[in-house]
Amino acid sequence: MSEFPNRANVVVIGAGIVGSCLVGHLARLGWTDIVLVDKGPLPNPGGSTGHASNFIFPVDHNKEMALLGEQSANQFRDMDLSVDPGGIEVARSEERMEELRRRMTSAKAWGIEAYLLSPAGVRDLVPFINDDVILGGFYCPTVSVVDSLETGTTMRREAIETAGCQVFANTEVLDIETVEGDGGVTAVSAVVTDKGTISTEYVVIACGVWSNRLANMAGATIPLVPTVHQMADVGPIDILAETNNEIGYPVVRDMDSFCYERQSAGSMEVGSYGHRAILHHPDEIPSNEEAALSPTEMPFTPDDFDEQMEQAIELMDMLGEAEIRYAINGLLSLTPDGMPCLGETTEVRNLWSAAAVWVKEGPGMAQVVAEWMTYGYPRVIDAHGADISRFYDGERSDEHIWSRADESFIKTYGIVHPQEQWGGRRNIEVGPYFSRQQDLDAMFFQARTWERPQWFGSNADLVERYGLEERPVEWDNRWWSPITVGEHLNLRENCGLVDLSAFQVYELEGPGAVAFADRLAVNKVDVAVGRSIYTPWLTADGGFHSDLTMMRMGVDRVRIVTGVFDGGRDEFWVRKHMPTDGSVTFHNITKQVTTLGLWGPNAPAVLGQLTDQDLSQNGSSYGSIVPIQLDCGGNRIDVSLFRISYVGDTGWEVYTDWDNGPALWDAVMAVGADLGIRPTGGGVYGSSGRLEKGYRLMGAELESEYNPLEAGLARPKVKAADFIGKEAYLAAREKGEPEALMTVLTVEDQTDSHGRRRFMQGGNEPILTPDGNRIVDSHGRASRVTSAGFGPSVGKHLLMAYLPRELAIPGTDLQVMYMNDLFPVTVAATGAVFDADDTRMKS
Amino acid sequence: MTLLILCDHDRGTLAEASLEALTFGRDLAQRAGLSCEAVLIGEDAESAAGPLAAHGAVQVHLASHVLLTDYGPEAWGETLTQLTRSTGATAVMACGTDRGNEVIAHVAARLDEPFVANCTNITPGDTWTMTRVQWGGSLLEDATLDAGHRLVTVAHHAVEATPTETPADGALVQFTPDLVAEAARTVVKDRVVLTQGITLATSPVVVGGGRGVGSEDGFAQLEDLAGALGGVVGCSRAVTNNGWRPHSDQVGQTGTRIAPDIYIAAGISGAIQHWVGAMAAKNILAVNTDGEANMVAKAGYAVIGDLHKVLPAITEEIVLRRG
Amino acid sequence: MRILVCVKRVPAPGSRINVTPDGHAVDTAHLGFTTSPHEECAVEEAVQIAEEHDGEVTVLTLGPPEAEEQLRYAASVGAHNLVLIPISEVDWDPQRTASALTTAIIDLESADGPFDLILFGNESADAGGFQVGIRVAYALGRPVVNGIKGIDVANGTASARREIDGGFEVYVVPVPAVMGIKEGINLPRYPTMKGRLASKKAEVHSAVVEAAAGGQARVRLHRPVEQVSETVILGNGPEAASAVVDLLEELGVLS
Repeated sequence: MSEFPNRANVVVIGAGIVGSCLVGHLARLGWTDIVLVDKGPLPNPGGSTGHASNFIFPVDHNKEMALLGEQSANQFRDMDLSVDPGGIEVARSEERMEELRRRMTSAKAWGIEAYLLSPAGVRDLVPFINDDVILGGFYCPTVSVVDSLETGTTMRREAIETAGCQVFANTEVLDIETVEGDGGVTAVSAVVTDKGTISTEYVVIACGVWSNRLANMAGATIPLVPTVHQMADVGPIDILAETNNEIGYPVVRDMDSFCYERQSAGSMEVGSYGHRAILHHPDEIPSNEEAALSPTEMPFTPDDFDEQMEQAIELMDMLGEAEIRYAINGLLSLTPDGMPCLGETTEVRNLWSAAAVWVKEGPGMAQVVAEWMTYGYPRVIDAHGADISRFYDGERSDEHIWSRADESFIKTYGIVHPQEQWGGRRNIEVGPYFSRQQDLDAMFFQARTWERPQWFGSNADLVERYGLEERPVEWDNRWWSPITVGEHLNLRENCGLVDLSAFQVYELEGPGAVAFADRLAVNKVDVAVGRSIYTPWLTADGGFHSDLTMMRMGVDRVRIVTGVFDGGRDEFWVRKHMPTDGSVTFHNITKQVTTLGLWGPNAPAVLGQLTDQDLSQNGSSYGSIVPIQLDCGGNRIDVSLFRISYVGDTGWEVYTDWDNGPALWDAVMAVGADLGIRPTGGGVYGSSGRLEKGYRLMGAELESEYNPLEAGLARPKVKAADFIGKEAYLAAREKGEPEALMTVLTVEDQTDSHGRRRFMQGGNEPILTPDGNRIVDSHGRASRVTSAGFGPSVGKHLLMAYLPRELAIPGTDLQVMYMNDLFPVTVAATGAVFDADDTRMKS
Repeated sequence: MTLLILCDHDRGTLAEASLEALTFGRDLAQRAGLSCEAVLIGEDAESAAGPLAAHGAVQVHLASHVLLTDYGPEAWGETLTQLTRSTGATAVMACGTDRGNEVIAHVAARLDEPFVANCTNITPGDTWTMTRVQWGGSLLEDATLDAGHRLVTVAHHAVEATPTETPADGALVQFTPDLVAEAARTVVKDRVVLTQGITLATSPVVVGGGRGVGSEDGFAQLEDLAGALGGVVGCSRAVTNNGWRPHSDQVGQTGTRIAPDIYIAAGISGAIQHWVGAMAAKNILAVNTDGEANMVAKAGYAVIGDLHKVLPAITEEIVLRRG
Repeated sequence: MRILVCVKRVPAPGSRINVTPDGHAVDTAHLGFTTSPHEECAVEEAVQIAEEHDGEVTVLTLGPPEAEEQLRYAASVGAHNLVLIPISEVDWDPQRTASALTTAIIDLESADGPFDLILFGNESADAGGFQVGIRVAYALGRPVVNGIKGIDVANGTASARREIDGGFEVYVVPVPAVMGIKEGINLPRYPTMKGRLASKKAEVHSAVVEAAAGGQARVRLHRPVEQVSETVILGNGPEAASAVVDLLEELGVLS
């Protein structure tokens, strides 16, 4: 063992699958002076890696998880630490069979070999299964089983041999020290261990279930909670022993009992996600010395497992006579939204998180973090869903994390609808109109912490007025209402009032504000006071980091307005890049201002009743911000009228002080009553309205894997000023025509093989050739549905998808797969399919 | 007043532990103002009396009876109880060996008095206070003892047996208990040596090998060491998977659970599934090249080094010491 | 053949055992519980004898209501009848425990007849008092031998083996008799999944018994000063052989 160092470039804490793979990837990317510490022994330091079941089902509906799972599986294979026994998800219910069809669709999207099997077909592969209790199975031959501990050893060895990485087991971290630097930026400075203190530039916390406790040492948070997953090893079982193999039969996931059965040599591991949620505080996890087994193999609570046992015996009778030889309450990490916690912590500069990662994504996620630390953003995949800066403060409290974990544990093998809403921890953040919207019977959808009306029950009469219908299949109808179509049509005919309070609003102020803003944005921020720009923010590699609106509010003041799903990431991006010389100050004014959207042909007439100002395109031109006063029931309220539209009809985003919000709402609704105004929900604003206009959404159409040319958001010229990603952006423009283009497609026939009209959800459904083949561009990016929704004004179901340039031509006939059925689609446009020349919006 | 110390012997050969009891007891007797007297029970007992005076026995009571042909817990317990009464002893102790704890428990049951086992120190007084061993030594308990007769054992190895600087008289006093036939129903009837039938599950010594052994042939050195210790060879799952040993030798959750007095784990990293099978061992000695291996961390004792060099050296040392 | 096994619920700690702040008990906040290992073997031995002699196994424990878990575990590996003497304290002293068990056993025997064998663990894993079984045997007037690592029952006698240096002592004891069982007598079976599920339905009889406290009282528990959980490195390479053999001698395995 080498002498304990007092200096390092990067200290990685945690030598499980993540930390071990991370030092390997850092070494590959040229890092030196790497130190890896763990308080436990090696190769199994006692965290979740040590008791993982180590199988990888490659199919996931979520793109990040699917692609990083694939990336990881490939890395395990490259190390020759992986075998492919295959795996089967079996269904006991018709609802689950439908979910398996959805799995088939996702398998197609990611190019993974998969088959739907009959019960007899399942039995052919797993002769000891009771095919009477199942309706079928989803078989994936490339399900693999890996050796996670040996992978850690291999990656550590690589880091030691190629980069001189120093590894210290049995070394407990006692503190993580920070210093305050220029501009009040707190940065990590040292790691204090029981063997000595290491001063360091970077620290990465890869401590699994202990991560939040470690982060807290530095004043940061990693929102996750240690959660029990029960597992019992039962045997001996002759038919398994006879394979003379660690695993000779496919892994079976008994989805409807939330269990899996995975052969482990002569016995079977039965694991469960079906028991009650059992959560622990990190301080309740015993040390290696205190634990009977290992710290994360906590005492088995058999009462919680009995029901699973009965179901397991029902599926495989032989398990009944097998002995329970080892059973644990194994710990794993759950986060509030089920995604990992990767990236730099928002609280402490150069303190990174690589946590809430399962073995199946371990090597891939480690690569993501290593690239992020090296290049400023990951290259292998856009990881915005795993970015730890996505969390708002309200999502970092124990109360929130525990509530979410309590509710989501059972969803591990559950059937989760893309629009599914949380039951608990609602109304964390509400707009100033919340009680009014409750009175209007609003259906609220929660966007991170913010409540937003999706539609209003009070508009139910519109269903009859426009002759609307429910969707025939419950799944398509779930978390949806025909009222939303009514609100859309009313907005196009009259006008709608949309609550945009969840907008995240920031201001940059000071002599350096405009120059700094220009450094973030592709488009020119240094415009006339009172003008706005809509602009991408790019990563250094030229992909999308953000997509938002910036307003020149004053000579030295720039307002940034972004969506609620991206507020955390965008605020962190600003703070991270902000000059530390004091020339710019940052203000988050989200809860000081409120925004109402008023759109529709009658919008000018409605607003005209509250002011004498010229509201025409002369007095309030498209893209301008005009400060005026509105007469709201005798009160004169100061507002900023921002003439813009995300729904394709004329109108404004009206900004005012938060406290003025209710009076403004009341006044607009009152004067709009005779002009057909209706409160209008996010179903129009975020979906049908924007889809008809082909407007892109950050996180759906816009990701770091695509550039503005591909997204169709490139301007004819590039501004002179430097900005992040400019070099890559210019290089992309140099290449000429982009490889792929964002398109809007119309579904030509929504009838499925059972004769039912179906509605794709925008959950990565694959776009296929007329022959049914996947479409993949020259960068290996598959064409898949990024957003979907019905376009009431065009009468068609609309899909957005990137297509290779040669297919991105209006009129091209293709197919989309949904629930394992094929539907004909046609490329309609690369922009809007409704009012393509923006006449309605700009008149 | 008297402190009686039961000295164990096997057919005339004094058990070393008895001298620990005497060493501990003479000091206790001095502090408690008691006369420290030894007790030997059974045939051939007299030949075990030699070292007792040198270790502080003021008197040595030799109890003999036709029924005391060999060790018998009930007969020994009854004998010691009668001697307690006849000497008016207020305290009785033994070393906390299998027999010591057993006989004192019999005395306790006969006298209906409390019995505190495995003490590491005792403070006499109206109420005795003592520290005793729990959890096989992992915890200590401070306890109090209130009784007419103080019955205790001293934890084995709590003190080192040492002769006194001023040897006591050690006069031999014959005692013949009044025993009925029933007292002999638990006297040892026979002694057997079971060389056959020692299994992995029941062997007092297991020498286990893991991936680090490297080959089927590599296990010869483990066999040698196990042979020298009268133990058996076990292995980890990695070894079974490689086909170096049969599954019946596998220690672990999918193999055999062992509980030997000592488990020598050579070249075993210490995967949980192996640990589950080995954790009941009273002592674990890990031999591993990697000082940070799980098995080293979990073991009570470790040697860092190549098992192929360490194990033969141990075997050689054992042979050497046995002459 | 009727066999009774007396078992104790004990925590299942790691190498380091923590004590509650008041020192009165082991801190079991993150610990599971198990049957004291000698007694787990006693249950297995009883089940094996019962299987051979068409017998019936009753398992009796004195402990907190949660000790039902250990009774059900015994049922899951083949015990037939389960009896719990519930107490509200963490533990009772040995005299009090023996007294309560005796009362309960007399009640059980007067209802269903005497037990041919009553098995105890040689000592409990936690308190290690080495006496409860012996006290019960005296109270019942039955022969008792501890440290048993082998039993053969035939013709009204039980032949029992006890390990000594270099072999075994053999006792031939008339039944009914009491024995203290030592781990190593057998390899206890694990419960099967069906066994576990069946044990959930087993009836646990409650025997409320009062008994007077004995003369031994706990003041507090504490950890030894020396850190027992630290690994003692005996040396590097073959040079460590001498230290290893010293250890083997000390442990008494070098006979």
